Formats: sequence, structure tokens, C-alpha cells
Amino acid sequence: MTTTLTATEPTVVTGIGVLAPNGVSAEDYWRATLAGRTGIGRLTGFDVSEYPVRLAGQVDLDPAGRLPGRLLPQTDRVTRLALVAAEDALADAGVDPAALPEYGMGVVTSNASGGFGFTHTEIQKLWTRGPQFVSVYESFAWFYAVNTGQISIRHGMRGPSGVVVAEQAGGLDAIGHARRNLARGARLMVTGGVESSFDPWGWVSHIASGRLTTDDDPATAYRPFDPTASGYVAGEGGAILVLENESSARERDARVYGEIAGYAATFDPRPGSGRPPGLGRAARLALEQAEVSPADVQVVFADAAGTPELDRQEAEALVSLFGPYGVPVTAPKALTGRLYSGGPPLDVAAALLSIRDGVVPPTPSAAGEDYRLDLVTGSARRLPVRTALVLARGRGGFNAAAVVREFPSTQRS
Amino acid sequence: MSDRITLADLRQILVESAGEDDLLLGDIEHTPFAELGYDSLALIETAALIKQRFGVQIADDAIAGLATPAEVLDLVNGTLVEAG
Repeated sequence: MTTTLTATEPTVVTGIGVLAPNGVSAEDYWRATLAGRTGIGRLTGFDVSEYPVRLAGQVDLDPAGRLPGRLLPQTDRVTRLALVAAEDALADAGVDPAALPEYGMGVVTSNASGGFGFTHTEIQKLWTRGPQFVSVYESFAWFYAVNTGQISIRHGMRGPSGVVVAEQAGGLDAIGHARRNLARGARLMVTGGVESSFDPWGWVSHIASGRLTTDDDPATAYRPFDPTASGYVAGEGGAILVLENESSARERDARVYGEIAGYAATFDPRPGSGRPPGLGRAARLALEQAEVSPADVQVVFADAAGTPELDRQEAEALVSLFGPYGVPVTAPKALTGRLYSGGPPLDVAAALLSIRDGVVPPTPSAAGEDYRLDLVTGSARRLPVRTALVLARGRGGFNAAAVVREFPSTQRS
Repeated sequence: MSDRITLADLRQILVESAGEDDLLLGDIEHTPFAELGYDSLALIETAALIKQRFGVQIADDAIAGLATPAEVLDLVNGTLVEAG
């Protein structure tokens, strides 16, 4: 089956739900991000003093208080956070799912870690007390697809749904796939990504990647595009968005934040092939799909891996596309840590809010002189933003890019 | 291990297996599980907790045939009497 996306109507974003380490609503997150306030701190869930990595971006919210009791025995923290973010996004969009056709609404989320804490507890029961003590809900509470499933069940959304897993890049892939589902006839999609995996087992799994910084200063530990970058800080949370076809949004007289005008994904070539990494190609393809040239882009939300080699590769892709110092580049994820699948949807939210408010958030910990990039360091930069490019890379060779564009014709007066 | 399961015991187990809900506060003895929002997974979890607390094993295929809390109480207490 083939679908020609260019022949369909625009995909617009009408709702944003954010749970970030530096803010537990879209507006809280945005205020903190513009002010350069970090959500990174010492991990609090257990004693990390003996671990080589001690900093994390944690969401300051107990989601249990916002959910019915019936959902608690069957959900990990990650799913509880995803359910709250989805509820906030739908409320922000002014959508009452009960009033819309159930098969016209779908859910596509991304998740890279699953329900670590739930599984940790249940597996401990398995080997200390026996299989009959393991919760039956372990059967799905661990699973990458469970956020999509629980959101779908809770809001009665039976339309085209799914889950994508591509580490950090998956967060953009979910949005791209939701957009595809709209092109195929869905009228509303709930999409994005949320992560949480900071139980001790999850924590050592993060550390095992070898890409986390062992630094201890929350303000500077994760400093992408700094020649002395030492790795990233892991974070939890993310963003859920409501996407609609333009006509559906118009029909509801919905407020529109902007348009997802282009999306593309690529794989890196096999190691040792000598061919360049695929991030630049993903960016080019997304711009082509949006029918915009690099000169039309006012800001790039970078992947910002936080290791010198990966930062250099991203900088080379950006310089090749935009020229040296050719476009403002920022990475507000330096204030939250990398949220895996939650990171890119949060960057898309930030891009939409940059468009709304005409301001680009800073990357306070970045230096960047060596990379020939116009990094927005220090403080936020006033700048009319019509088009933003969001980049994401996932460990394992995944690349994704999305073009987020203003959409004035459906602004509510 | 107790020699008899009461409705209060079962109510507690239902809450632990599938969460707090106002539906469980009323007179639930003869209310079908479907009306209480208990699906097959919730009932399997319920049976696992009954096994742990009362030592009575309810086979997975027998669980599906139990329509109300009263039927669960009858089955478990019947087995406990036989064993006693």
C-alpha cells in the first residue's frame, strides 16, 4: 500500500500535554525553559551514592493522584505519566473523545524503555516467592506498546493505532506515523512519547550504554556542543500531542499551534562503510517534503547527544545544510536530560511554542565555538519563528527529522 | 490460613487485584463481575490472591465460569469444608 502525503491536507497540532523534569505542564515547562531553569538533579528514588552516574531529570509529579484507582495495579509509572500527559493534551485541544467517532481517533506513541520499575518488582517476586506471586498485569505493564493501549482504552479511541521503538528517534517516528494515519483517513491522532525507568534496574541499564555523564554539577553535566562534553543526563517524562487534519480542526473551531509540515527517517550506514551518518539526509528529506529550503528555517532543535564525536557529526550535518553559523541552533533538552522517546515530542512542543511566542529557548550549558554553529547559549533569543527543524537520533543508527511550521489560517481570532 | 473466606475478605482481594473503585463499596455479593468491571485478567489475579491467602486453587478455566462474588465464596468455602 502506498500513500502520497503531499496530496493530502495539512496535519495540524491542536493540543499539547507536557510532563518534563523542569515543568509538569506545557506552560510551566515553557517558562522554565525560556528562563534556562534546569530540571536536572541528583536521583532521589534510591541511594545512588555508590553508582558512577548520579544525576537525572525527574518529573516532580505523582501521577497516581490524577488517575482512577482501577488503573493503578496494572500500570508502571511510565504509563501513568503517559495517561496524564494524554489527558492534558486532549483537554488543551478542547476535545471530548466521547463526542467523536471512536474509529476516527487513533493513538501512536513511542517508548524505548517499557515499564522497568513494575517489572523489577514482579521479577523480584518471581525469584523470591515463586511464579504464583507475580502480578498477572506484568503480562502487559512492561511492554513498549502499553502506553498506546492504555490511552486508547481510556479515551475510547479505536482507530488506527500503534507503537514505534527507535530509542530517541522514535519520538519523531510516532508523530510521523500519526500523520500518515491522518492522511489515510483518521480525523484525530494522539501521539508522542513518554519515558520513565529510574528504578535501580533501569538505572544500571542506562549506565550500561556508556553514554551518560559521570559529572555531578546539574548546571553543566550535560553540555552538548561543548568540546569538553562528557555524555548526557537521562531524564523521564515527555510530551503527548493531539494531531488533526486541517478540516477536522476547522470543523471544531480549534486553536492550532502549527503544522507538522514534513517528516523523514533514515538509518545510518553500517559501521566502517565510510559513508556519512544519515542525520543530514533525514533533515534534507523532511525539508523537501515540507517544500521549504534551508533558508526558510529560523531555528533548529538539535539532537545534541552530548558526546564530542556525535555532536561533531550533527554539527557537520547542520553546516553542510545551512552553512557555517547559518541558522540558530538550540537544545533545550540540556535542561531536562535526554528523555529517549519523550525528547523529540517535547522539542516539537518547544518549537510550536517558539512559533507562538517568537522566542527561541537557550542551551545555557553549551559553548559551541568549535562547531561553527550559531548556538543559542546564555539566554532566550527573541526571533520571529515561522519554520523550525527538529532533529533526533536513536542509539542503533536511527535518525529522524520533522519540520514544524506556523499555520496562521486556522488561528482562532 | 483461615478456614473460611468472607465477603469482606473477598472485597479486600478484589481491591488489591484490580484497584480501588466505588463500585466495590456497595452490596456486591450477587453483582456480576462484568458489571463490576472485572475482566478475565482481573479474575486470574483475584484467584492468585485467594490461593495465597486461603490455599484454594481455582483452575483458570473454572474462573471464567464464576459470574459473581457469591459464586466465588461458595466454591472457596466448599473446598475449605471438604479439606477441613
